[in-house]
Amino acid sequence: MTADLALVWPELILTIGGLITLMLGTFAGDRQVGLYQLSSLLTLAAAAAAVVALFGIETTVFSGTLSVDSFGGFAKLLIYAASFVCIVIAPRFFNGGMRAEYPTLILFAALGMGIMASSRDLMTLYVGLELNSLAAYVLASFMRTDERSSEAGLKYFVLGALASGMLLYGISLLYGFTGTTDFAGIAKVLGGELNIGLIFGIVFVLAGLGFKISAVPFHMWTPDVYEGAPTPVTTFFATAPKVAAMALLTRVVIDAMGPAVGAWQQIVIFLSLASIILGAVGAIGQKNIKRLLAYSSINNVGFMLVGLAAGTQQGVEGVLTYLLVYMLTTLGAFLVVIQLRDANGNQVESIPALAGLSQRRPGLAAAMAVFLFSLAGIPPLFGFWPKYLVFEAAVNANLVPLAVAGIVASVIGAFYYIAIIKTMYFDDKSDTEFPKGGGAIVEDAVITASALWLSVIGYLFIPVLAVLSASAAAVLF
Amino acid sequence: MSGFPILSLMLAVPLVGAIACLFVGDKMSRFVALGATLATFVLGCILWANFDIGGAQWQFTERADLFGRFQWALGIDGMALMLIMLSVFLMPLCILASWDAIKQRVGLYMAMFLIMEVVMIGVFMAQDLLLFYIFFEAGLIPMYFIIGIWGGANRKYAAFKFFLYTLLGSVLMLIAMIAMIAEAGTTDIPTLLNYNFPPEMQTWLWLAFFASLAVKMPMWPVHTWLPDAHVQAPTAGSMILAGVLLKLGSYGFLRFMMPMFPDASAQLMWIVFGLSMIAVVYTSLVALVQSDMKKLIAYSSVAHMAIVTAGLFAFNQQGIEGALIIMLSHGVVSAALFFCVGVIYDRLHTREIDRYGGLAVNMPAYALFFMLFTMASIGLPGTSGFVGEFLSLAGIYEASSWVAFVCTTGIILGAAYMLYLYRRVVFGELTKDDVKAMPDLNAREWTIMVPLAAVALWMGVYPESFLAPMRGDVTTVVARLAPAKPAGDAHLAAGKPKTAKPHGETAHGSSHAGGVQ
Repeated sequence: MTADLALVWPELILTIGGLITLMLGTFAGDRQVGLYQLSSLLTLAAAAAAVVALFGIETTVFSGTLSVDSFGGFAKLLIYAASFVCIVIAPRFFNGGMRAEYPTLILFAALGMGIMASSRDLMTLYVGLELNSLAAYVLASFMRTDERSSEAGLKYFVLGALASGMLLYGISLLYGFTGTTDFAGIAKVLGGELNIGLIFGIVFVLAGLGFKISAVPFHMWTPDVYEGAPTPVTTFFATAPKVAAMALLTRVVIDAMGPAVGAWQQIVIFLSLASIILGAVGAIGQKNIKRLLAYSSINNVGFMLVGLAAGTQQGVEGVLTYLLVYMLTTLGAFLVVIQLRDANGNQVESIPALAGLSQRRPGLAAAMAVFLFSLAGIPPLFGFWPKYLVFEAAVNANLVPLAVAGIVASVIGAFYYIAIIKTMYFDDKSDTEFPKGGGAIVEDAVITASALWLSVIGYLFIPVLAVLSASAAAVLF
Repeated sequence: MSGFPILSLMLAVPLVGAIACLFVGDKMSRFVALGATLATFVLGCILWANFDIGGAQWQFTERADLFGRFQWALGIDGMALMLIMLSVFLMPLCILASWDAIKQRVGLYMAMFLIMEVVMIGVFMAQDLLLFYIFFEAGLIPMYFIIGIWGGANRKYAAFKFFLYTLLGSVLMLIAMIAMIAEAGTTDIPTLLNYNFPPEMQTWLWLAFFASLAVKMPMWPVHTWLPDAHVQAPTAGSMILAGVLLKLGSYGFLRFMMPMFPDASAQLMWIVFGLSMIAVVYTSLVALVQSDMKKLIAYSSVAHMAIVTAGLFAFNQQGIEGALIIMLSHGVVSAALFFCVGVIYDRLHTREIDRYGGLAVNMPAYALFFMLFTMASIGLPGTSGFVGEFLSLAGIYEASSWVAFVCTTGIILGAAYMLYLYRRVVFGELTKDDVKAMPDLNAREWTIMVPLAAVALWMGVYPESFLAPMRGDVTTVVARLAPAKPAGDAHLAAGKPKTAKPHGETAHGSSHAGGVQ
């Protein structure tokens, strides 16, 4: 038991750091933003360092309920990095309304997500998921006085509870028909004959997880929550929990349901195509940039699922690379959204107001254009590469029709991305002024770095990414 | 020269220029862009001078294992060399053509043009399938901006149509490329060129490539983006679009589809011939009734490209060489014609043919150049158009006399619409006051016209300069296609000479009998 504790250092650090941050907020007061922000950032950095230190160890702890492996490590690094950025950008956004609960909740959410990414038992899966979700519900309604924020929190909670119910029902069925909650044990039973109960269990578990990754048809909450939640929180939702839920889904599908390919593959294919198409079509009419990015995230999840549907190691590598690139792009895009403030300092979220942005803020518009072209997967931007990888995995797994349908639907997606670029570059200037300055250096640095990385420099990192994602994916096979 | 990465340098120079243009301000950016394109042109000339005709198929090869899964692999053969020359030759002229016409956001404009240049020559240099695809697709982004920001009244619609149309075609090609890489286990283009894909797989791969390249080409009936894009694009945008971007499609046919899928090419050649025949006649007729000058030239481009495709799929030396010469000739001539339109558009701000008339009176120099390029477009002997059309039609005739027959009517129709255009714009009474006030060419416009005219005549009088580097590569392609090549309907054979009745000196008769006939 004590030996096991030495292998879960990241989780321990996050727990302790989260409690310290909470105490700091309580005793030093909400005004001491610098103090509790620093403690939370240090906690995340230390947790990330612990993950790096544990890299290469492949084992399970706590009677096989939690795994320590490079797959989980890869996901955790992404999660911690996204959480880090989301804490950094918050104080300026809340503009005096910042409270210590914000970093605390993010730390606990990160803890839950780390557990999700490394769980190998249905019970730890559920505990991690709920720890993350509870923190997320509160975060969504973090601006108590803002109607939209409260509404977002409530919607997220109600629909999240429904999804948890479905997931639990699926878990109970799987447990009932296999007699175990252990992934490996479930896989052993699924390798035999499938009965109706097991299939129902698989369907319900996938439906519950589909909600968490906001795959169509379980996506209804996403645009509303993304729009209503404060932008740093939306940034968080669009990045870290996506990584965690996708990693969890991958692990469940490959580890626990691996032998029953026929049962889950068609579900994943359906989720994938539905997400790609609906995410693209739904985005077309949107007038709010946050809602649009919500649809974009639905669309991108669909592409990740293409890689997952392949069910091969190559496919999982594609999913992991996709997660990394998607996370960077989304972070960048939301940071740009945060910088969009009019002359009075109010957030601007309306897309028509962005007209002529390229003439008022050329740098910001250029960065946004890079992110959008990258999300659309147009080479030479780096967003092309993960798309290539997942489609390659699908073609190699003899899923050519899926690849063709997905890639053709990606053209629909390109339409709305280039429509925003049209607004920013081709349209005449709108009345909204976007005064320069005021942006924190960190924000500018993150935007610049990710835009540069996504432009062409990213291609130079393909060998590194390939090694990392291959070692992470190899754990599951 | 060997070992020096001249190809990478040719990509780096305009790229650095593009980045510089974004930061040096509007005035300076014009000079930076001109300097960068001229430097690239000089590098191109060095490249041509050092190209070893009849030497190795791939020259100046560079290989760097930068990307893990695929390589930074560059190299050129004769065909690529000529198309690169075309691009680097047109580019400084495009920059000059937009010297005064572009007044807003000049830095961004110049940057986009230079990126365009990187991407275009990158396509012709790429020796790795994925690298090729990245360059091939990357052209969408700068062109989208060029049409959308500096275009005409309906520019946004045209930019969207251009982007989505070409993207939709290209993504299918990507799936085909993935399947090829999986099958052959390499992304190296020279290796893939000699890989024999199973015939049934070839059919699908061919169709996927065709979907992409036919849109880029563009072939009838997926050509509709072209008139829109041309009409709305700024003059230099049209020049580069017609001059080089349209060649990407036919280059893809020749580089990928024909040598990599010879069986499918032979099996499906009827599609290409059928669409080409329709395109030649139909788009020529459409061109005849246009009232917008740019639209007319855009439709004429579709017709010329159709002769290119037909020439390529003739599967013989003349047909392919002719198609290549048309590509080069059309690159120069259509760019020149678009520039001719741009010259008078800058003065009167309309492209309506009826608004002009009688320009020969007050713009004689302009009328002369316009005449030369009109004739080159029609294919008058002595101009570049003649060489390409004659060769490709000769090649097509060998493959199918019917296709040759229909394509030749296109040449006649081509003469009709071009001469009709010329008559309405340049001849006639000079009655309109604003047209009377138009000054003749200025020094900058002379500087653009003269090189274009010189090359059009050079290619018409001594095409061997351009054919020589490409001949070996065409032979390679023809040899690769030979096993799959269907029999043509023209049974060309040397005739049996009749012995002439001896009259006069006997020595004459004997030399005749042993003659070449």
